[in-house]
Amino acid sequence: MPSFVINEKCDGCKAQDRTACQYICPNDLMVLDKETNKAYNRAVDMCWECYSCVKICPTQAIEIRGYADFMPLGGVVQPLRSSDSIMWAVRFRNKVVKRFKFPIRTTAEGSIDPDAGFTTGTDDLKSPVLRTEPDSL
Amino acid sequence: MNADNFETVVVETDLLILGGGMAACGAAYEASYWAKKNKQRVCVVDKAAMERSGAVAMGLSAINLYLGVSKGNNTVDEYVSYVKNDLMGIARKDLVANIARHVDSSVHLFEKWGLPIWKDEEGNYVNEGRWQIMIHGESYKSIVSEAAKSALKELGEDGTYYERIFITEPVMFDDRCVGAVGFSVRDNKFYVFKAKAVLDVMGGAVHVFRPRSVGEGLGRSWYPPFNSGASTYFTLKAGAEMTCQEVRFVPVRFKDSYGPVGAWFLLFKSKATNAKGEDYMETRAAELENWAPYGTSKPTPANLRNYLMLLELEEGNGPIYMRTDEAIQKLVAEIPDEKEARRKMKELESEAWEDFLDMTVSQALNWASHNIMPEKTPSEISACEPYFISSHSGASGAWVSGPRDLAPGEHHWGYDNMTSVGGLFAAGDASGASSHKFSSGSFTEGRIAGKAAIAFCMDHPEAVEISEEQIAALKEKVLQPLKIFEEHSGYTNDEDVNPNYIKPKMFMFRLQKIMDEYAGGASVGFKTSEALLTKGLEYMQFMKEDAEKLAAGDLNELMRCWENTHRMWQAESHIRTILFREETRWPGYYFRTDHPNMKEDWEAFANCRWDPETGEWEMIKRDIL
Repeated sequence: MPSFVINEKCDGCKAQDRTACQYICPNDLMVLDKETNKAYNRAVDMCWECYSCVKICPTQAIEIRGYADFMPLGGVVQPLRSSDSIMWAVRFRNKVVKRFKFPIRTTAEGSIDPDAGFTTGTDDLKSPVLRTEPDSL
Repeated sequence: MNADNFETVVVETDLLILGGGMAACGAAYEASYWAKKNKQRVCVVDKAAMERSGAVAMGLSAINLYLGVSKGNNTVDEYVSYVKNDLMGIARKDLVANIARHVDSSVHLFEKWGLPIWKDEEGNYVNEGRWQIMIHGESYKSIVSEAAKSALKELGEDGTYYERIFITEPVMFDDRCVGAVGFSVRDNKFYVFKAKAVLDVMGGAVHVFRPRSVGEGLGRSWYPPFNSGASTYFTLKAGAEMTCQEVRFVPVRFKDSYGPVGAWFLLFKSKATNAKGEDYMETRAAELENWAPYGTSKPTPANLRNYLMLLELEEGNGPIYMRTDEAIQKLVAEIPDEKEARRKMKELESEAWEDFLDMTVSQALNWASHNIMPEKTPSEISACEPYFISSHSGASGAWVSGPRDLAPGEHHWGYDNMTSVGGLFAAGDASGASSHKFSSGSFTEGRIAGKAAIAFCMDHPEAVEISEEQIAALKEKVLQPLKIFEEHSGYTNDEDVNPNYIKPKMFMFRLQKIMDEYAGGASVGFKTSEALLTKGLEYMQFMKEDAEKLAAGDLNELMRCWENTHRMWQAESHIRTILFREETRWPGYYFRTDHPNMKEDWEAFANCRWDPETGEWEMIKRDIL
């Protein structure tokens, strides 16, 4: 099934104004079942395994089970994403586990200044000079 | 679901940006600045959530276009030569140069905004290859979209963005594009966006050809399955001239999960070999002379590297392996100190896994499921299925104006990146003949187009009028699949099997089967001919008729209906253009068995245009200037 939801962990994002996975899925696959109050992936064969839902889920209720038509069972790759780094746990079919940590961002979320301190050299709308150029070049 | 219960929402703006990926973010970033100075409005419409929409949704492990001009690393001319050679001579030098001269600025902005770029001990970017730099890019798209949203915010109420709106059709007034219509995939609302200028940045096309995996793995396309041909459909339906619709891209990637090979080839200096361990780039080097001068230039064009691999497979020499084990061992063996070598091994292992975890997590999962440790075991690579993506090594897209100071004669018509239709602009995967833009170049081309489109708005201040009748007709057309379902679904006991309509999923499979078997898909070794293409086109006409009977039970299915109509138009323009170009120029992308060689008189652009008035296709051969 590519992405799947663990029943016990999913609370339907009841504390939020919208379910996180439904908000983020680039292919509009995650849906909230109003009766059970659990999210689910409505078309697993259209899932890119992009992990956007896995990374954003506030209760870590979503995991990925590799495409069954070419992946043997048993492999697990699970991230834990914070505001500046991501930690990955990779568990092999033979139970070997590897862990990796990578930086993802050097600035605080929401802090971006579009001009980033550069100035734009012209006000001419017809010139080829773009915003922040030539300073940013 | 009742199609009559849809509210019509009308949104008025000056520049309408359609899409949410890298090019759309670049456009929103740049246009907002010039719009504020000139009192114009900007509106962005995205089918997903900008934070993770488009091809960079998952992240990237490298930025594939960075010149480092100010550091004296490369020149714009060198880059243009590289791109032109990779595309076997078919590229617009003016467009490639325009992107290349601005792209460093975009990358420097990304870094300031918070994208971690790998640095060496002297503080310089770490190059993967000559044009590629390594990044810790898991949050690349989140960062860039935040900058785009912040830029829009500077416009106050004149800067808006709508998410989860699926755009279906252009809105025309005489010969000018003055807006777009679509619908919300969340609630029953039909949207009409009115604008002075419209920028099409809705990505490339996936799932036009039958993929190699057709079970769950259907979704594991190399390029994302949600890029479904909206860009091409939009410009075609507006009556814009298109270029390079034959230049599909067939990437070679790690088999099945389609993990990236760039870092392995360029950073780790790995070799690919056949099953016997032979490096086919060496053993088959003579074949490259048949494709001179491009085949004999360095680096070897992507399609020719593919071709040599395909020849190996044809001779039964598969599987093809990326010799990751040998590459890592060799890098470690270069270090005499044992402790230092162990440290290096650890570092290389982390870099190898990050390459996948940053941008194709599924490949890491594939290795874990198969117990593959890259330092010990080689991995299979294979040619994927064909994709339409002009930002990589494909070239399909709209024919757009080049910049005044770079474009020769007829390649310039007033506004950078404007199509042949007034007020309609294209960038990223939506504009053609300017390959190798990748993420940074797409963002940059979006910037170029965004600024030019604001200039167009200023030069065309007159208010845009769209009649009520036009809106009503478009609304009926867009919502038709819901109506068809509602009318007929009660007739049978299975809503998917009904003689009165076709559901989008089977429609997509039918399209993929035609394209795969007649237009040179993966299952036939990318080979086709006039006879096959003509037959495929015949079947395509039945599809076009049946497209009128697409049925949708809900909003999600309504989106799938339109996605597949979009794919069908991409497919038709592809078949027609392959037919038109009577030669084989990119043998690793497709091979015309009836015209197996490259011909001098086809050192030209193959363009096409669908005429909205007559419904006829016109094929146009244009010189390379």
